[in-house]
Amino acid sequence: MLDKLQNNRNALGLVFMLPAAVLLLLFLTYPLGLGVWLGFTDTKVGRPGQWVGLENYAFLLEDQVTRLALFNTLFYTTIASVLKFFLGLWLALLLNRNLRFKTFFRAVILLPYIVPTALSAIAFWWIFDSQFSIISWALTKMGLINAYIDFLGEPWNARWSVIAANVWRGVPFVAITLLAGLQTISPSYYEASAIDGATPWQQFRHVTLPLLTPIIAVVMTFSVLFTFTDFQLIYVITRGGPLNATHLMATLSFQRAISGGALGEGAAISIAMVPFLLAAIMVSYFGLQRRAWQQGGGDK
Amino acid sequence: MSQEQAVDTAGMSYLESAPRKLVTVYLPLAIFLFVLLFPFYWMGITSFKPNNELLSREGNPFWVIEPTLAHVKKLLFDTSYPEWMWNTMLVSVVSTFASLTAAVLAAYAIERLRFKGARHVGLAIFLAYLVPPSILFIPLASVVFQLGLFDTRWALILTYPTFLIPFCTWLLMGYFRSIPYELEECALIDGATRWQILTRIILPLAVPGLISAGIFAFTLSWNEFIYALTFVSSSEIKTIPVGVVTELVEGDVYHWGSLMAGALLGSLPVAFVYSFFVEYYVSGMTGSVKE
Repeated sequence: MLDKLQNNRNALGLVFMLPAAVLLLLFLTYPLGLGVWLGFTDTKVGRPGQWVGLENYAFLLEDQVTRLALFNTLFYTTIASVLKFFLGLWLALLLNRNLRFKTFFRAVILLPYIVPTALSAIAFWWIFDSQFSIISWALTKMGLINAYIDFLGEPWNARWSVIAANVWRGVPFVAITLLAGLQTISPSYYEASAIDGATPWQQFRHVTLPLLTPIIAVVMTFSVLFTFTDFQLIYVITRGGPLNATHLMATLSFQRAISGGALGEGAAISIAMVPFLLAAIMVSYFGLQRRAWQQGGGDK
Repeated sequence: MSQEQAVDTAGMSYLESAPRKLVTVYLPLAIFLFVLLFPFYWMGITSFKPNNELLSREGNPFWVIEPTLAHVKKLLFDTSYPEWMWNTMLVSVVSTFASLTAAVLAAYAIERLRFKGARHVGLAIFLAYLVPPSILFIPLASVVFQLGLFDTRWALILTYPTFLIPFCTWLLMGYFRSIPYELEECALIDGATRWQILTRIILPLAVPGLISAGIFAFTLSWNEFIYALTFVSSSEIKTIPVGVVTELVEGDVYHWGSLMAGALLGSLPVAFVYSFFVEYYVSGMTGSVKE
């Protein structure tokens, strides 16, 4: 019996898949389905819900706070991702030069990405403090401002502040992964183009960028997914305030479902994020396919 | 990524003059480094500043005149911080090892046993990797509650694998793919069982991959926030990120010194582990975004 199992790939495969499959089905697939179902009910904490159809979604569509949270999330994701891309690419290009202590630089630059976000967010909370902010202190001493900036008390200031914290955390990830992509580009392309008289900008535009596009697409998809569903930074730095100006979909769903007890409504907010995530994945997936096809790859 | 390609990608940068390189490369790099590292410096210096220096606008805030250990002492003796540290360690280590074991078996089955439907399972694993915790935590909270795990360490140990297993499996599939099939065929001819092949041939060759996946999984679980915030409410079983955020902030009085000390101490273990395994960590990270 055991011998037979050892030689049957399908049976053995099933046995090997079992631990992962049980955990993922129970704690990932089932909750995902449950979330969709909860979104159609009026479940509260401690009370099983009734099926209410699209009532939650209809309510959320009219809800000013949810609309604001959607706007905030889109704004936050767009601005932060664009900044992370340009700064990350710039940093990757800098690190790709032959520098001394390159390994050291690379190791140190990743620090913001590896330390717990909730903890570095506390440092930012302190840096953005309305009375003792080090940024305000420095700017005052330089004579650039007269009064301390209320970083987290004013809606637009708060939005830009949390974006700054998010970019700080995300740039290392983008830079190091793009650097790995840059290092796979053969130097002979640069030599050949230089002999043909290409300027550094032309080399970047016509050699580096095209060869880097696939990895850029993947990295930015991940970056957009994680930024769109961000929770920790906002929860720690502003809790969605002031006046809900920094509430994202994720923090709003937490507030409604866990703090407020309206599980159904909170689940509906979470599920409403899914179409946006799928759209981001689709754009990058089909973008890459089209590119592969242009470069002579067959249809998959 | 072959080794020869990785060396000297800068090509003809020797043509550049030194002053020009200083302005175009070292200056921007210095600014990047300053901005990226400043918050850590600020955390450190704040942890050792006495309160009167913290709350004064006079003097030079970038330095500390009379360093004090009062904040650290308060953290270690007047709060549950040591317990949070222990919980975080326990939960991270157990969930990392559990996930790694499940991932090794799954990756081997998908990549090498090639059972019927293995390709689809591989794709499903990748999709699972893309499911963000912030859309999963509400229904997951209700699952945790139904299973009677609410407010226990098990709630975290069993839910962290939902993001660890997909990641580790995906990474290990890549590593297993790079191990030549011929080795396995030889062993099969010599009468080795699949289990022997896995434990005696594949795993020893995949050690770098195992370390990458393990390090990455450990930091991911150490940094996890939203599940720990939602599924645990008693102080003595909180993890560091959640404990610091929820328990050290009392009303409107912010004890910045001990908050920063808590943030610093909570970051040190991952930074320490990371410093020993930078290369593995980087290859895990870049491997995770490769198709």
